[in-house]
Amino acid sequence: MLFVKPSLLKERGIIGMNRRNVDYIARYNSRKLYPIVDNKLITKVYAKKHNIAVPELIHSIQYQFEIKQLEKILSGVDKFVVKPAQGAGGKGILVITDRKGDTFYKPSGKEVSFNDIKRHISNILSGLHSLGGKNDVAMFEKLVNFDPVFEPYSYEGVPDVRMIVFQGYPVMAMLRCSTHESDGKANLHQGAVGVGIDLKTGRSLFAVQDGRMIEKHPDTGSAFSELQVPHWEAILPLSAACYEMTGMGYLGCDIVIDKNLGALILEVNARPGLAIQIANDKGLLKRLKMVEEHAPKSTSAEERVEYSLEHFATD
Amino acid sequence: MSSRSQVYLLAFMFFALGIGLTLYKNQSLGFPLLPGQSEEVWTVESKVTFEATGEPITVSMILPQTGSNMTVLAESFSAPKYGFRVKEENGQRRAIWTQRSAQGPQTIYYKLDVVKNKEPSALTPPSQQKPSSVTLTTAQASQAKDFLEKIKASSADNLSFSLELVKQLKALKESNKRGVDSEFKKKSVSELSLILLDMEGIPSRLVRGVSLEDGRRKQKAIDLIEIYDDEQWIIINPESGQEGTPADVFIWQRGGVSLLDLEGGEKSKVRFSTLENDQPAKTVALDKSNVEQSAFIDFSIYSLPTESQSAFKRILLVPIGALVVVFLRIIIGIKTSGTFMPILIALAFIDTTPLAGLAIFLSIVSVGLWIRGYLSRMNLLLVARISAVVIIVIGLMGFMSVISYKLGMTQALTVTFFPMIILAWTIERMSIIWEEDGPKEVMMQGGGSLFVALLAYVAMTNPIVEHITFNFPEMLLTMLAITLVIGQYNGYRLTELYRFRDLAKSK
Repeated sequence: MLFVKPSLLKERGIIGMNRRNVDYIARYNSRKLYPIVDNKLITKVYAKKHNIAVPELIHSIQYQFEIKQLEKILSGVDKFVVKPAQGAGGKGILVITDRKGDTFYKPSGKEVSFNDIKRHISNILSGLHSLGGKNDVAMFEKLVNFDPVFEPYSYEGVPDVRMIVFQGYPVMAMLRCSTHESDGKANLHQGAVGVGIDLKTGRSLFAVQDGRMIEKHPDTGSAFSELQVPHWEAILPLSAACYEMTGMGYLGCDIVIDKNLGALILEVNARPGLAIQIANDKGLLKRLKMVEEHAPKSTSAEERVEYSLEHFATD
Repeated sequence: MSSRSQVYLLAFMFFALGIGLTLYKNQSLGFPLLPGQSEEVWTVESKVTFEATGEPITVSMILPQTGSNMTVLAESFSAPKYGFRVKEENGQRRAIWTQRSAQGPQTIYYKLDVVKNKEPSALTPPSQQKPSSVTLTTAQASQAKDFLEKIKASSADNLSFSLELVKQLKALKESNKRGVDSEFKKKSVSELSLILLDMEGIPSRLVRGVSLEDGRRKQKAIDLIEIYDDEQWIIINPESGQEGTPADVFIWQRGGVSLLDLEGGEKSKVRFSTLENDQPAKTVALDKSNVEQSAFIDFSIYSLPTESQSAFKRILLVPIGALVVVFLRIIIGIKTSGTFMPILIALAFIDTTPLAGLAIFLSIVSVGLWIRGYLSRMNLLLVARISAVVIIVIGLMGFMSVISYKLGMTQALTVTFFPMIILAWTIERMSIIWEEDGPKEVMMQGGGSLFVALLAYVAMTNPIVEHITFNFPEMLLTMLAITLVIGQYNGYRLTELYRFRDLAKSK
C-alpha cells in the first residue's frame, strides 16, 4: 500500500513536519536565538565560551577581494572544508581531502583547481547557499580525521552523529553515513544512510537509505549490525550541553568523531529533520512528551544524560 | 488565553465578519453571489410636446419621487436651447425648462432607467387633509350624498367602501344615463372618487403611473388612487377595480399635483415610451447604491477608477493562489521551488492559457539552464550572473515571440506575461539544485511548482471564484481566517503518510 493510515503513525508517535514546526520549533526555539545556530561562525564563538569542542577554524573570508589571497591562505593546507557560515541543509560545502601542487581532490577523487575553489567562495559570499540569499562568509575548517571505526561505513565522506536534544535531554540519535549516491555528503535526502543508534549503548539499531531499510552499506558492503559508535559516553553530555550553549529547546546537533580530538560539535540545527524517526524505526512524540511532562528541570548536562539513558534506551 | 485559542477566536471573528459582510451585500444591496445574474431594467422616456406661442416659456414637469415602487438608476434630460434646472418643493422634484421665446412645435425629452424594488418603500402617513378645492352645487352635493349612502350600506370598511365606490362610479359612467350632471361626465373615475372619498373623510390621493410594457410607445400616464387605511396606503386601480400596487406600473408621482405646467405654449402633451432590457445584476446593484449612497460601497473598490479596479481584479486573485499553495504545502506536502513562485506562474498562465504557458515556461527554463551551465564555468559574481540570466531570458523571450509570430503561432506572443526576474531566479535555483542534489530533485521541485501553479490557475480562473473575489473583497477576511486555521494544523501531511509508510508496517 502506498499510503498508511494516519492513525497508525499516530499510534507509533511519529511526528510530522507540521507538528514539528508548530508544537516544537515555534514553541521552543526563540527567533532571536537563530543567528547562534544559523551562522556557524557565531556557533563557534558560543561553543568556545561553553567549552564545547569544535573543529578548528583555519580562516574565514568575508569580502570578494580577499579571495585573491587564497593561495596564501591555503599554503601548506592539504585537507580542509569550505562552507558558507549561513548555509542551509548542507548546501555549499566543499570537502578537500588531498592536494598535489595546485590541484585539489574531493573525496570522490574529482580534481578541483584553485579557480574552482575561488568561484565556489565567490558564490558563497554572494549568498547563493544561504538562507534568504543574503551575503555570507566563507569559512575554512580543518578536515576531521575520522575514527577508523567508521571506515567500513562511510564512502568518500565524514560520518556524523545527529542527536535530537529536547530541553537539554538527548532524545534520539542516528549516525549518518555518506554514500556514493550522496556524493560524500551526510544528508539523508541526498542519499546518505541513516543508522539509528541506541542512546544507552551507542550501538546501531536499524539502517535506512532513501527511506527504505537496508542491512549493508551500499558501497562498502559492511553490515550495520556490527556498528558501535566510539566515544559514545562523551557524545551524550556534549550534545546535552548544546542546550545551554544555544538556549534552544528543540535542536539537532551534528557531532563528528576525530581520531585524535574525540567528539566535536560540527554544527547545531534549529530545524532538525524527521528522518531520524525512520532510521530509529521509532516515533519521537512519546519521548518528547515524556520530557515535557515528567523530566525534572535540571541544569546539569550530566544529570539530564542520566535521565535520558534511563528512559530512552531501546530494548 | 493560549495562543492557539486566540488564533481560533480571531479566525472565527474574521470568518464570521467576511461571510456576514458578503451576505449583507448580497441580501441588502443586491450584489449577486453568482456571476451572470441579470435584472430587468426599464428605460422610460417621457416626451413633452407643445406649440410655442412666442412668449417666454416655462415648462415644469414633476419627476419620479422617492417612495416609488422602483429605483431610478440614471436619468437624462434633453431639450436643446432650453435652460434647465431641478427644483425641490414640498418634497417633490420638478424639472424646469425655460426659454425666452420660441415658435412652433417644441419637444423635450426626459429619459430614465428604473429597476424594481424588492421591498415596498416606506410611505409617510397622510398629513392634515387639505379641504377639497372642488365646490359642489347643492344639487350635486345631495346627489353625491345619496350615492355615498348607497355604497356605505354595501361595504364594511374603508377599503371595501373605496373599492365599491370605484366600481359603482365606473358602472355609472359607462351606463351613460341621461340626466347625469354634465360636470360629472367631464371628470374621470379617479377624480370623482377622490372628491367623494374626501367627502367621506377617507384620506386619499391621486397616484400617477406609467404602464411598463416592452416596446410600448406614445402611452399616456395612468391615474390610480390611493387610500390610507389600517395605517397603510393602498393603491386602487379604478380601471380594473383591483387593490394593491399593480406589478407592471411604474409609480411616477403621488399626490394630486399636476404632471406638467406650461407657460408660453399650448396643446401640451406628455407621452411615455417604455423599453425593457436585461442588465447584469451587479451593475444594477452598483448604480442603485450610487443613488442611495451606501457608505459601504462608497469606501469599496468600486469607488476606484476603472483602471485600478481591473488591476485589483487580478490582485484579489492572489490570495486564492496563496490559499492553494498553503493547502498543498501544509496539508498535502508538495515540494515547490520558491514558496510563492507557483502563484506568479499561475498569474502568467491566466494571460497565456496554461498549455501555451507550460510550453513557453519549459522551453525558456531549459534553454536558460543550458546557458546557465556554461555561465557557471566563467567565474562570475552571483549578482552579475543572475543579471546575465535575466538578459538572456529577455533575449529568449524576444526570439521566441518573433520566430513563433513568423510561423503564425500568435499564442507564443503572450510570453511577455511571464515575470522574467522570476524566470531568471528559477533558472538560477534549478541549476544550483541540479549541481547539488541532482536532476531528480530538479524534476521533483520543478514538477511540484508547475503542478501547484496549474492548480492555482484552475482555482483562480474559476468564474465563480473570480466573481466572488472581486465583488466581495470582504472574503479576504474569510480567506485570512482559513489561512490562520491551516497555520495551526499540526497533523500529518499527505506525503508523510507515504514517507513514513515503513514505520507503520513493522512491529
